[in-house]
Amino acid sequence: MGPQSRGLMMPVPAGMRPAFGRDRDAMSDLKRTPLYDLHVALGARMVPFAGYSMPVQFEGVMAEHVQTRQKAGLFDVSHMGQVMLTGASWDAVALAFEAMVPQDVLGLADGRQRYGFFTNAAGGIEDDLMFARRGDALFVVVNAACKDADVARMRAALEPGVTVELIEDRALIAVQGPGAEAVLSGMDAAAAEMRFMDVRDLDLGGVAVWASRSGYTGEDGYELSVPAQAVEGLTKALLDHAEVAPIGLGARDSLRLEAGLCLYGHDMDAETTPTEAALNWAIQKVRRTGGARAGGFPGADVVLAQLADGAARKRVGLLPEGRAPMREGVALFDAAEGGAQVGVVTSGGFGPSVERPVAMAMLDAAAVDQPLWGEVRGKRLPVATAPLPFVAAGFKR
Amino acid sequence: MKFTEEHEWLRVEGDEVVVGITAHAAEQLGDVVFVELPDEGTTVSKDDEVVVIESVKAASDILAPIDGEITEVNSALADNPGMVNDDPQGEAWFFRMTVSDASQMDEFMDEAGYQKFIG
Repeated sequence: MGPQSRGLMMPVPAGMRPAFGRDRDAMSDLKRTPLYDLHVALGARMVPFAGYSMPVQFEGVMAEHVQTRQKAGLFDVSHMGQVMLTGASWDAVALAFEAMVPQDVLGLADGRQRYGFFTNAAGGIEDDLMFARRGDALFVVVNAACKDADVARMRAALEPGVTVELIEDRALIAVQGPGAEAVLSGMDAAAAEMRFMDVRDLDLGGVAVWASRSGYTGEDGYELSVPAQAVEGLTKALLDHAEVAPIGLGARDSLRLEAGLCLYGHDMDAETTPTEAALNWAIQKVRRTGGARAGGFPGADVVLAQLADGAARKRVGLLPEGRAPMREGVALFDAAEGGAQVGVVTSGGFGPSVERPVAMAMLDAAAVDQPLWGEVRGKRLPVATAPLPFVAAGFKR
Repeated sequence: MKFTEEHEWLRVEGDEVVVGITAHAAEQLGDVVFVELPDEGTTVSKDDEVVVIESVKAASDILAPIDGEITEVNSALADNPGMVNDDPQGEAWFFRMTVSDASQMDEFMDEAGYQKFIG
């Protein structure tokens, strides 16, 4: 969070503001997902997030986090942007999209999904996204806060050869956790046949959904694109399972942090390159120097050079040695007193599953593996770099 | 028990007051994961930041409700911050302090007033 306010406040996670006082008026201008009424009926605390009124918590962040790691959690992510790209052929759509992202799109098999990002001319990341091949079409899911800019960017880059459709009549929910497979396969046995990053249509109690076996919690699970008019009924049916509970944005944030996953606008932004964000793994060989379709995306000169030579700074995991959380904005130094600032925390908080503070930071490359101190409320507290993720991924590969 | 607009409670015990945060505040803060207490013997003025309290969601602090000296802190909270959620108006007191100016106590609310304040 930013500067600490004085006195006891009613805090919400990074990027979210509490709905009191003046903000209460702003709440009326917020968009609602098709699950808004259900969230309120379930007792959610609603906060403004990316222009939407969203549930930050139901039972409580800690309980919801543990629920998702141990059983299954249901998340409303309908605020995210769902975009369908269609064209004359798969090759036409894929090659056009490859001009916007450094990923191998053309080589994506039907029914498979990949993680990717839009880059800018300086090699910075404009947004991160998931893209899936559905026949000859490309289904793209982008962050809520970026979706208008992303759609404009895609229209400018792809039309008229490729049609860019922002899908506004479908909700998006995620069912995450070790119990997710049993719940969904009980409704459609095909759910169990999917492996990590597979996409396919499922019939969940008569509702046709576009399912992907993925998520952003570090757990096994599914994301389900659901016709808006059917999503409340399906969500209620899923919540009827004893294993499933509704989860808010608060636990979504702590789950993805423990899983070492980047949050756009925090751990990376338009000034952060893929190599700096430790996302080299997401750039396939075919797009790298020497590959059959090397480069050809915005900022390729910078991105490819850094892939080969590294960058001057890098996203790392951090484990504070004490109990005090180190949150976004905490400055990192190379000495207990004096010294130089060598980095800054980009996401941080308490990890309910690891039962200790965890954080991610952007750190000077030379300072990785050196002793570090984070300055919290004027005090330098020891902190060590640590491998990511903080919890082992539960994916069904 | 008296209550402040900063969501603290004060319980008078002899010449001193015991200070904690209200059940309403604890519920709003969410799961408390870290508490940093002042040193015993510290002299404080009203509205000084004396305790840091962090929930899973964010950092916040508790202000000294009155002028005085911190005479004792509840060090059990440092090892078990979750007590703040389990028993905010009982076991999870934060500190005990002297009262330099008893008139500062006059402005605080009683329980009914506080319940009305939080609406």
